[in-house]
Order: sequence, then C-alpha cells, then structure tokens
Amino acid sequence: MNTKTSDRIASGIFYLIALIIILILVSLFYYILVNGLKNISLNFLTAPSSNVRAGGGIRDQLFNSFYVLFITMLIAVPLGVGGGIYMAEYAKPGKVTDTIRSCVEVLASLPSIVIGMFGLLMFVNLTGWGYTILGGALALTVFNLPVIVRVSEDAIRSVPRELKEASLALGITHWHTIKTVILPSAFPTILTGIILAAGRVFGEAAALLFTAGLSTPRLDYANWNPFSQTSPLNIFRPAETLAVHIWSVNTQGLIPDVEEVSSGSAAVLVISVLIFNLLARWIGSMIHRKITATK
Amino acid sequence: MVTATKERPVESKTVQSNRKQNILNVKNLEIFYGEKRAVNGISLDIEKNSVTALIGPSGCGKSTFLRSINRMNDLIPGARAKGEILYEDINILSDQINVVALRKEIGMVFQKPNPFPKSIYENITHALKFAGIRKKSELDKIVEESLRKAALWEEVKDRLQKSSLSLSGGQQQRLCIARTIAMKPTVMLLDEPSSALDPISNSKVEDLIVELKKDYSIIIVTHNMQQASRISDKTAFFLSGDLIEYDLTEKIFTNPSVKKTEEYISGRFG
Repeated sequence: MNTKTSDRIASGIFYLIALIIILILVSLFYYILVNGLKNISLNFLTAPSSNVRAGGGIRDQLFNSFYVLFITMLIAVPLGVGGGIYMAEYAKPGKVTDTIRSCVEVLASLPSIVIGMFGLLMFVNLTGWGYTILGGALALTVFNLPVIVRVSEDAIRSVPRELKEASLALGITHWHTIKTVILPSAFPTILTGIILAAGRVFGEAAALLFTAGLSTPRLDYANWNPFSQTSPLNIFRPAETLAVHIWSVNTQGLIPDVEEVSSGSAAVLVISVLIFNLLARWIGSMIHRKITATK
Repeated sequence: MVTATKERPVESKTVQSNRKQNILNVKNLEIFYGEKRAVNGISLDIEKNSVTALIGPSGCGKSTFLRSINRMNDLIPGARAKGEILYEDINILSDQINVVALRKEIGMVFQKPNPFPKSIYENITHALKFAGIRKKSELDKIVEESLRKAALWEEVKDRLQKSSLSLSGGQQQRLCIARTIAMKPTVMLLDEPSSALDPISNSKVEDLIVELKKDYSIIIVTHNMQQASRISDKTAFFLSGDLIEYDLTEKIFTNPSVKKTEEYISGRFG
C-alpha cells in the first residue's frame, strides 16, 4: 500500500468517526425533543407536580435545579478558581504539590453515587440538617471542585509567560499581575470549564438523591424571605431537582402519565442546558472583548 | 515632568560618593541555575546615560546577566546569584530589596513584543494605575508623553482605545518601550528588542534607543553586531559565562585587545 492510499484511508476513518459522533448527538436530540416537546406546555412548566393524578407539572423541580446550580457555583467557583491559582502560581514544585494534584485527580474520578453517600454522612447526618439544598450543593461542590481546579490551573498555565514577565518587569506585584493580566487572559478557558461543570451539576441526580432529597415542600413564590420554610430561596429545605425527578417518577411514580412527565422533563433539562451554555458563552465573549478591547 | 510615585528600593543615601557617573557597579557576579553556573564571577561598571551593548554567542550568559539586574531571574526556580550589583550604592541582589520597587527603577523590554491584550491606552496606564496615579488628566498626559518619546504617538493617537494586538510587531515593541518609559525608570534593560522585527521597524527602534539615552541608562543584549556598533557607547563581550572584554564600542569593533573578541565580531564563530 503506498502512502497516498494510506493517507486517504486515514482521512476516511476520521471523517467516519466525526460522522458517528454527529449522528449520535442528532439522534439523541431528535429522540428527546420529538418525545418531549409535545408534552411541554405553559401549564407543565408552571404547575406543581402531582403525586397521584395525571397532569402535574415541574415548576418546583425546574426552579430547584437552577437554584441548586446557583448555590453550587457560588461555592465551587471561588474555591475552584482559587485552587487553580494556587496550583499554577504559588505551589512550589515538589512532593506536596504532586500529592495535592493526585488528590484532585482521584476526587475527580470518584463515582457520583459515592459522593452522594459521603454527602449523606457529612452534610445530612453529621450536621443534622436533614435533606437540604445546601447539603446538595456541598455534595455537588465536592464533585465539581476538582474539575474547576484542573481547568483553572491549565488555563492559567497556558497564559504566555511573556505577559506575566511584562507585568512584573513594570514593578507590579505578583497578586496584582494575577488579577489584572493573568486571570483576564485565562478567563475564556476558565469559563468554558465552568460551563462544562455547570452542565454536569444541572444534570446530576445520583449525588443529590441522599443530600437534597426526593421531595419539595409547598413553596410560596411570593415569599422572598430566605429563612422562611415556604420560601423557595430557603437553602435549608429539601429540594428535588429535575434530574432527580426524572429518576423518581420512573422508579417510584404513582402517576398515570409517567411517560409524558419524564420525557417532557428530559426535554426541558436538555433545552435548559443548551440555553445556558449558549448564554454563558455569549456573555463570556462579551466580557472578554471588553477587557481585551477587541471588536 | 510628571512625578510618578518613586520609591527607592531602599532609602537612598545622598549619592555623592558616586561622582564617576556610573549607574551600576557589578562585582564578582556569579549566577547559577541549580548546580550549573551560567555567569562566572564578572565585574564591570555601567555608565550613566549611555548605551551599553552585551554581545556574545547564544548561551554565553549575557541575557542571564541582564535579567539579574532587575531580578527577573527570581521567577526561574533554582536560579540564584552571588556577588554584588550596586545601584546607588545598594546591593540589589540582597534579600531585603523590595523587588517591586526596584523594577520600577530598572525597567525591561523583552525580545518578543509582549503588549498586554488590552487597549493601547491601558497598556501604558496599567502600571501607572498600580503605582497610584488615578487622575484621568494626568494619565492622559503621561500616555501622550511616553508614546511621543517612543515615536509612536503620531501612528496611534487616533486609536488609543483599540486593542494593542491590532498593531504591527514593530509598533507593539515601541508600545512596550513606551509603557516602560511611562514608569520613568533610570535604567532600561533591552533583551534583543529588535530581533523579532523587520528591518524598517528595527531601524526605528534603534533610532529610539539612541534618542532615549539622553534620559536613561540603557543596557542592550544583541546578536546583531552592526546594531551594537551603531548604537552603543560601550560593549561587553561574553563567552561561556565569562566577561572576555569590556571597552568602548569603537575600540571593541576596530581594535579589540583579546583575540577571541576579534574572532567573534568578525564572524569566525558564534
């Protein structure tokens, strides 16, 4: 076989692989959307779920998903980016740093159900909180922190050394250089990492089963006092998220329209992830353009 | 003259002992990377308001020496220096030196143009703001002043808010020089500042360097012999970490006293 044919075969194989990936994605979306979209209506999105009757909605679950995501990111992003800064800029190469890095990697590869069990011990039983949004968010933080640390570290390391030197050579301190030169340059990559992590959080069920629970108390959306039991903003209440809801109606649902509710929920989940991915990317590129002064 | 907040690295003594107009006195400087010695105990004096060129083949220690003058080697793990570099009678290699303040006095321009990915204006104000200058009018004034000194003002005055990355390589390098000038250093270290530039940009940068020596003491590392002979007053020739010869540029290029120097500048090795 001459080199030309082998080159052609190689290109052919790679095109085929690309095609397979696209096919999987398209058919998955087709299946979810075709099955799900017909079940989505305004009522479905705004009605509370029902335990026994048909026609329940997913209002609380949808809200819970976004709220848990928000709380998780509020904890995980500062910690994760801080960890990344430490690993990339302050940690001296050596045994300690290597150990930290292996810990981060092991943490990243733990199955989410195991983290759920750990969360049950730590954030539910030990703290005595019971099933809470905060417990769920902390479990999800454990699960996402390594990803954000890793991505931030890599992003910061890939900022050209020349930029850092330029800033230091002008008599600017290390920390100010990190804040004003390194982080802005690393920002797009860090943002992509955070979006990926957010997608994982949004779709995560296993880690939440034992931490945020399978139920939601009656919520009064007019009550904005975060310390009130019926307020949706209360972080010490149990909260069933959309992903958990899909699992629970399928495994233990008593409602007659399990099929409709779960396929509708799945479609909402997928569309939500898509929307905030696009939104986050758009906002990110706006911020990036603003700080780099490119049009 | 705008007075940028100038802290001396250490409280400066009245500089009366320094009548001989040297800005830096290097004594027995040795620099190590881990176990490897890159600079072998060199001693030389750098004159004030002059251009000093450092020449020599790659890996001879000239850039290492240059980077030690504003302590940029601190960033390299395992790098350490012995000996003394006296700046206003203070050993800047001492642990007690405030490196941040030192780098305001001794600025540096690098081989590859490295503007910040920000606007042209912000490239210059970045360090000024950190130094505590906040007034818009004052910032505007320094930006114009330093861009003029770097011979870039006419080319960019209408697009100060555009990204610095929209400039050509030569313009970017002059912007880097401008932002260093804006800090009003006393010494400027130039590490092959025009090696990545085309001939026209190169000659603009050279003209600029000659112009700048009125206000600053300049030390330049260069691989370009013509450049060294055109712009410098004194030339130091380095080889394998040793300072082989240090003299007036004219002498080095017409009648060097060491044979190695002659061989190098005539292109027989290196």
